[in-house]
Amino acid sequence: MVSPGLDLEGSFSQALQAFGLSAEAARLLWLPLPMLLVLVAAVVGVLVSVWLERKISAAVQQRIGPEYAGALGILQPLADGLKLLVKEDIIPARADSLLFTLGPVLVVVPVIVSWLIIPFGQSLLISNVGVGVFLWISFSSIQPIGLLMSGYASNNKYSLLGGLRAAAQSISYEIPLALAVLAVVMMSNSLSTVDIVDQQTGVGILSWNIWRQPVGFLIFWICALAECERLPFDLPEAEEELVAGYQTEYAGMKFALFYLAGYINLVLSALLVSVLYLGGWGFPIPVEWLAGWLGQSVDAPIVQVITGSVGIVMTVLKAYLLVFVAILLRWTTPRVRIDQLLDLGWKFLLPLSLVNLLVTAALKLAFPVAFGG
Amino acid sequence: MTIVGTTELVCFLVLAAVVVAGSLGGVRLSNIVYSAFLLGGVFMAVAGLYLLLNASFVAAAQVLVYVGAINVLILFAIMLVNKREDLKAIANLTTRRVVSAGVCLGLLALLVRVVVTTPWNLPGPAAVGEEATARIGEHLFTDYLLPFELASVLLLMAMIGAIVLARRDVLATDVVTGEVADQGLIEKSSTPLLLERPSS
Repeated sequence: MVSPGLDLEGSFSQALQAFGLSAEAARLLWLPLPMLLVLVAAVVGVLVSVWLERKISAAVQQRIGPEYAGALGILQPLADGLKLLVKEDIIPARADSLLFTLGPVLVVVPVIVSWLIIPFGQSLLISNVGVGVFLWISFSSIQPIGLLMSGYASNNKYSLLGGLRAAAQSISYEIPLALAVLAVVMMSNSLSTVDIVDQQTGVGILSWNIWRQPVGFLIFWICALAECERLPFDLPEAEEELVAGYQTEYAGMKFALFYLAGYINLVLSALLVSVLYLGGWGFPIPVEWLAGWLGQSVDAPIVQVITGSVGIVMTVLKAYLLVFVAILLRWTTPRVRIDQLLDLGWKFLLPLSLVNLLVTAALKLAFPVAFGG
Repeated sequence: MTIVGTTELVCFLVLAAVVVAGSLGGVRLSNIVYSAFLLGGVFMAVAGLYLLLNASFVAAAQVLVYVGAINVLILFAIMLVNKREDLKAIANLTTRRVVSAGVCLGLLALLVRVVVTTPWNLPGPAAVGEEATARIGEHLFTDYLLPFELASVLLLMAMIGAIVLARRDVLATDVVTGEVADQGLIEKSSTPLLLERPSS
């Protein structure tokens, strides 16, 4: 799981083989561990963003926000989760109970699986799959099926409308999103998230993709917000028009699954923005330079540990800065209309992202040094 | 047998069972919405089979295109027009079913015969694995350029045709007869829902 200096998987496997297990069995026992760790990380990330959402929205509206559950209300998300967990699970009488149950599951599973490709360090990720970001794009396209399913199964016109809106929105914004990603992929010659970050590590903050892809960054961020159904684009669940969209009939844990999926998706999108455009785990000044100035070898175990920790902290920090921006946007911008939303997607972002892709290709041919030859 | 081999075998059996059962359900169920969802499940299972064959790019593309776009559009169309009514009884339903089952079984027999009689070159060429993305790109821009472009032109034609059929209200003349077209919507007259309703 960690590069040559620190091989956790190797030492784990050796420790188990000392007890007389075969190498394959040791690997089989190792496999679930990183997955479990990332699952826990995702859930903790959700709890933190729920707390941030409550506190920041309160600050925006000049309230105090939660303050009794733990210091500064830090346990409030746990209390929320516990409340949803023990609430009665209601399935409406005329609803299709099978699809009604399956819908939230189909919404939440692809989002969690997409965490597979998020790197927190050179080799701190579950699996460095070759198709990388493409895997995330294709997984995020499964979500609308779950939304349509729950919208249909609720047997409620608001739910159905919300589900249809969610699917239309998701399909419209997936195309500019994929084209923005494609421009980055073209510069790094790889779909793998690790390679994309590696290509941005040259000279610290100056080599981050945001300077080379400013338009792509904005397109990606707008589309990511639309895919997460965050407020300027939360039409599928617009309270004033549709009660709560596809969530209307849901209660208890099934509702919590939608809630969870929304926040996991937000954190995931923020992480991906930081991976694709903000240098991933890179420190603004390359860690190798710092180690060189301090006269330390990069391969020394202590430096490896520090580099790894700095990488994790930087990835999470960048992602949470973006989550902060998303929350501020949610509490300060009005909602767009459905026709404005689709116009923005199809008539503005799509041509813009195509132009961005073509310009990137031209720049790559003209200046192969700066744009990844 | 090794653990990896066993896992692969179990995965293959499960995915194959899902494909067969899902396809049968998709054809046999009378609820068209269930059929559409099962179709999505079948597409996912086929993507899993591609993954077992070490073709991860094809698997991801299968999910993106078939599940994420085509199946969602099918569901979209069904849900926009679905009235939740049972299909009307068709005359000679049993005869029709017997005939179509015969045709399908014949097709199955033909395919089984092809599978059995073809001398398969096993094991096939080694899988390219992660390199596949680059290789597909090379082929698309060299020897498969013409079929690829032809397919995209075909899709463009289909799309323009669909827009012409769907948006007849914006064309001045009817595309088929050449007469001056009725500018109103075809489905229903466009009177506002709440205004000018006669009070009874």
